[in-house]
Amino acid sequence: MIKNSDFKICFSVMTVLTILVGLFQSWGIALSMLNLCLISAVMAMGVNIQWGFAGLINFGVMGFLAVGGLATVLISVPPVPEAWSAGGIGILVSGLFLLAVILSILLINKRFPNHKYKNYFIFVIIILSIPLLKFIAGPSISKIESINAATSGFLGGANLPIIFSWFVGAIMCALVAFVVGKVCLGLRSDYLAISTLLVSGIIITIVKHEEWLSRGVKNVIGLKRPVPYEVDLQNSEWFIRLIEFLNSSTLSNVLNLDERTSLLNQLVISSSGVFVKLCFSLIFLAVVLIILYFSEKALNSPWGRMMRAIRDNEEAAKAMGKNVVKQHLFIFMLGSAIIGFAGAMLVTYDGLFTPSSYQPLRYTFLIWVMVLLGGTGNNYGAILGGFVVWFIWIQSAPFALLVINMFTSHLDETNYIREHLVNSVPYFRYLMMGLGLLLVMRYRPKGLLPEKIIKN
Amino acid sequence: MDFLNSIILLTNFIIVPGITYGSQLALGAIGVTLIYGVLRFANFAYGDLMAFGTMIVILVTWFLQSKGITFGLLPTALLALPVGILLTIVVSLFFDKTVFEYYRNKKSDPVTFIVVSLGIMFVLNAVVRIIIGPNDINFMDGHKFIMKAREFKQMTGLNEGLALKSTQVITLITTIITCSILFYFLNKTKTGKSMRAYSNNEDLALLSGIDPKKIVLLTWIIVSILATVAGTLYGLDKSFKPFTYFNNLLPIFAATIVGGIGNPLGAFYGGFLIAFSEIGLTYAYKKFFKYIMPEGLEPSTLIQFISTDYKFAISFAILIVVLIFRPNGIFKGKVI
Repeated sequence: MIKNSDFKICFSVMTVLTILVGLFQSWGIALSMLNLCLISAVMAMGVNIQWGFAGLINFGVMGFLAVGGLATVLISVPPVPEAWSAGGIGILVSGLFLLAVILSILLINKRFPNHKYKNYFIFVIIILSIPLLKFIAGPSISKIESINAATSGFLGGANLPIIFSWFVGAIMCALVAFVVGKVCLGLRSDYLAISTLLVSGIIITIVKHEEWLSRGVKNVIGLKRPVPYEVDLQNSEWFIRLIEFLNSSTLSNVLNLDERTSLLNQLVISSSGVFVKLCFSLIFLAVVLIILYFSEKALNSPWGRMMRAIRDNEEAAKAMGKNVVKQHLFIFMLGSAIIGFAGAMLVTYDGLFTPSSYQPLRYTFLIWVMVLLGGTGNNYGAILGGFVVWFIWIQSAPFALLVINMFTSHLDETNYIREHLVNSVPYFRYLMMGLGLLLVMRYRPKGLLPEKIIKN
Repeated sequence: MDFLNSIILLTNFIIVPGITYGSQLALGAIGVTLIYGVLRFANFAYGDLMAFGTMIVILVTWFLQSKGITFGLLPTALLALPVGILLTIVVSLFFDKTVFEYYRNKKSDPVTFIVVSLGIMFVLNAVVRIIIGPNDINFMDGHKFIMKAREFKQMTGLNEGLALKSTQVITLITTIITCSILFYFLNKTKTGKSMRAYSNNEDLALLSGIDPKKIVLLTWIIVSILATVAGTLYGLDKSFKPFTYFNNLLPIFAATIVGGIGNPLGAFYGGFLIAFSEIGLTYAYKKFFKYIMPEGLEPSTLIQFISTDYKFAISFAILIVVLIFRPNGIFKGKVI
């Protein structure tokens, strides 16, 4: 893997960008950029598995990210016993009811696969079950939401370590993808795009409005962390010693003892933030490398060759006896699971779950730009895309501000046009993304790192 | 009396809003379906094209208002509409020349077109937000109500009021005018027929001497008109917010597919179908049943099929049901 030239390009770009930001802005900013780049790279790899390997167009990325984020809440938050005793049974009963409905639909599907009215019957069951479900769950939901509405008002989670939730998020996403895939994957590419976009809209609405589950728009804050907290670091002996050791030359220049202690204190406080981010970076980097390793293995295995064959010519692959439907469903689940993993990582890094922040432009189409710009069908391309696009996304606002100030320097500080432009600086990133995507699609339609065709 | 009351209740909360919203969706869906039929791709930039057209209309409205020009009882935005349409046409043609034409000549697959339209979506999104900002803007002026609920109650002596906003009537009238002209053009004129022929079978149309460049130009012009009109009507009726326009793309797509892709009449009906199901299924019928049920049998719950928050789910459900039972849409579209 190390010998691969794409690998070198990919990770040298990442190192150079991080170091540049570190030198010119600050190491804290550089590391948080790096972390989000790494998370974006995981998301891009997930989409790349679906689109690059199998040619499945999934515009529901935002929905899967939100499911992953929900998993962090369900796993790491301590449970709320009052809420469980007030409405837990109602929720469990309605869960069982939902399960029964699904099972009965599956049973009908299995027992009468060719019956004339099968579909109508299933349709009627679904139509009837929705109001019934509301009737069963309604009272307990309102009970749960009324308990400590300002601070909890939801069932809480399982109080487990948050790292665990990344895997649960992946599994939950795979399950959601199974259902979505069963319904949508048979559709033509553009129908699939539209219906997955709709599905992600539905998932976001569920997460936003089912307050008993996720607190909805009231957000969940103060999630657990897989790394130490800044405050704990600042009070721990070994960390202070470490900082003292690292900055021994600067400290030895200060002779006064009081000044020396206060300088050390400042250094400890500023480096604790950097240290925490560095810990995150290491974890995320490990995740990226592990997924990359397996993804490369899979791509170059007989299975990967089969997926590419299906992508390039579905009919021929079918004629060779490959089960296209099954493989599509499997790869859709796999890609969505990775996206969900990334969604859980993102929420863990932010430390809070805000359902209203999920917007398709940022969480679906930006990821798509990463994949298309980086190179479809190439894992390194997806990672590179994640880095470059996130870098541009973050840096385009300051850059736009610079350009605006340059061109409007002759205008008065309070000039209307200048003020308006300065206020709309955040939106220049959309412009950059759009132009970047259009240029890449025109002049490098296969992306910056195109797919390698392996001929055996 | 109770029966009349219940009818008025439904008219006020379902039929009138349904017709208004349906008209807006129908206009949008016809635009999407024309792009689908003639240019053969799903245009994800359409919602933002609507937002762009509406933005121009708002800017011109503000300009006119600052000069002291208004349209009397009608909203000033209607005066500004031609300018908005013109600039939207210019923008559409610009993007067609710079972006879409290249891929059309290369005969790229539909997915490439979708991806490229995403790029344009980003650009338009940025332009709209940079120029006018992401916030809610209300640009409705002129006479607000044709009939207020209270006046109706006094007039008829009923318990339920029927409010009629002028935007609702304007939407309906504009839609009727626009659609009649459009369908006359598509069905009766030679150019319209050549456009349908091109959409139906490209090669055969080319053999009959139809100029594809002219057809494409015409399509973009019609689509821009529809996008601007639909966007302005929606903005007048509710309010203008760029993000809402992006979200409206989803029911519009659903309406297009439900009506059969490339079938303008189908898209028209599809728009109304989606609008009425959305409003009808999210309305709480408690009061309605109170009127028609005998005393003592009134329902205690809201009798609401699904909460208003889940209106996306309705578009999606209709879309999936139609795609499973009639993959070509209810009104037989064509598979491109």
